Amino acid sequence: MSAIVQFENVGLRYGLDSETLSDVSFSLASGGFYFLTGASGAGKTSLLKLLYLAQRPSRGVIRLFGEDVVTLPRKRLPGFRRRIGVVFQDFRLVPHLSVYDNIALPLRVAGMEESEIDLPVSEMLNWVGLGDRGQARPATLSGGEQQRVAIARAVIGRPEILVADEPTGNVDADMARRLMTLFEALNRLGTTIVVATHDLPLIAQVGSAQMMKLDKGRLSDPTGSLRYPPRPQAAG
Amino acid sequence: MASPGAMGNRRAAAAARHRLLPEGRVAGPMPWIIAIMMFLTVLSAAAGLGLGAAVKAMGADLAGRATVQIVEANAEQRERLSAAMAAALRKDATVRAVRPVPSAALAEQIRPWLGQDAASGDLPIPALIDIELTPGQTDAKVERLRRQLHALSPKARIEPHAAFLAPLADLLSALGWLAAGIVVLMTLATGAVVVLAARAAHDSHRGTIDVLHLMGATDVQIARLFQRRIGLDALFGGALGFACALLVILLLGARLLATGSELLSGVQLPWTSWAALAAIPMGCVLLARIAARWTVLRSLGRLL
Repeated sequence: MSAIVQFENVGLRYGLDSETLSDVSFSLASGGFYFLTGASGAGKTSLLKLLYLAQRPSRGVIRLFGEDVVTLPRKRLPGFRRRIGVVFQDFRLVPHLSVYDNIALPLRVAGMEESEIDLPVSEMLNWVGLGDRGQARPATLSGGEQQRVAIARAVIGRPEILVADEPTGNVDADMARRLMTLFEALNRLGTTIVVATHDLPLIAQVGSAQMMKLDKGRLSDPTGSLRYPPRPQAAG
Repeated sequence: MASPGAMGNRRAAAAARHRLLPEGRVAGPMPWIIAIMMFLTVLSAAAGLGLGAAVKAMGADLAGRATVQIVEANAEQRERLSAAMAAALRKDATVRAVRPVPSAALAEQIRPWLGQDAASGDLPIPALIDIELTPGQTDAKVERLRRQLHALSPKARIEPHAAFLAPLADLLSALGWLAAGIVVLMTLATGAVVVLAARAAHDSHRGTIDVLHLMGATDVQIARLFQRRIGLDALFGGALGFACALLVILLLGARLLATGSELLSGVQLPWTSWAALAAIPMGCVLLARIAARWTVLRSLGRLL
């Protein structure tokens, strides 16, 4: 599988503070499923921001879809962003738009015809179990429902990479399992999934996933080949 | 031609795009501020254009006109000189019309100040002859006539009308320029208000903008939302301000005509001026859209 994301000696510094991310190097294979874990403040959200092009690194090289996005002209970035779906930690639903319009947003941004929007949005609403809440405003939804809307919005454009920041933080264990099943289904369709979480049982649930661990801004497992918690040793 | 289905689709797409910014929240006080500024701008522009037209009309009216005075205390001699000078002026090729002012008319004009004595003939009122010169080179013609009349009698004086009213014309012209200056300042202020409103709207919708931005919306896509919203506010404010100003202009015009003053009734707006006034609210909408686009694109340019 070819690399869809490559970080080479990436560093990120906010203002004059010390580096939030230091010498981060890794590559993600197209179609892979990755967990990014680490303690709070380890730099997970910062790394994801670099990944979904909300931030430029202070140093290093980031290649997305084979192109160096650090030196890419600003006007070319929207095209790259449309290939990445993001589930934000705080959902970032547009409060004055209905659930339907929130989910349809990426399709409208991409300029899709209105007649082509209804079917995928309706399917997506049903997929996340909100078929009857299409006209509701986000404020009237529970935390879990808002999270599902955020996920539906992130995946409706069939992104090549899906980035999720603590996607199960506001849902119960059952819903967390269902969300992971959704992500796995998407992954099987070819989407590269990157999920930041510190929910270890969740990581254990996805057998095919690889894990990267951030510790004080440094990637402690750059190969992504180690699993945590470790597989139980075979008896004998 | 687009099919009804395609048109409905476009309408639905446009409606969906317009929903991205909540209706009413951007609007706030801006349409009302623009209405007030438009009201004042249109009034200032109307004043400037009206005064400009008055100065032009006055200039056209007075150019080439002059009055010959024969200052002679002896009434008989004055009459004789007046007749001789009128005859000389009629023969001059540069004089288009000669109108001796009847002494009765002169007496009537000064009667309010001098009473019935003005018509008694005892007062040495100068004889006056109004003349109209052929167009062009008025000063040179007046100077030549001055010399010519002086040769006939040193008691003859010639005064071009423009000289009498030059200070008034200058005042009207200055007022016209002042009005033009006010229009320029109001236009700048309107632009500044729109920039501030666009910035405030941009800040208050920061969350929505960030989400759109991260989903891959281009700067132009986002700026268009603000352009439309602020353009609509400017259209509402501009139309309201223009309508109110129009009402005031028409009422003032009626009052000016009612004074019966030749000078004041000269303050009229030709159709070109009305067209210029009507263009102001349209210019305001255009200015608002450009200012909103520029402001939002500049703000977005600071993001990655």
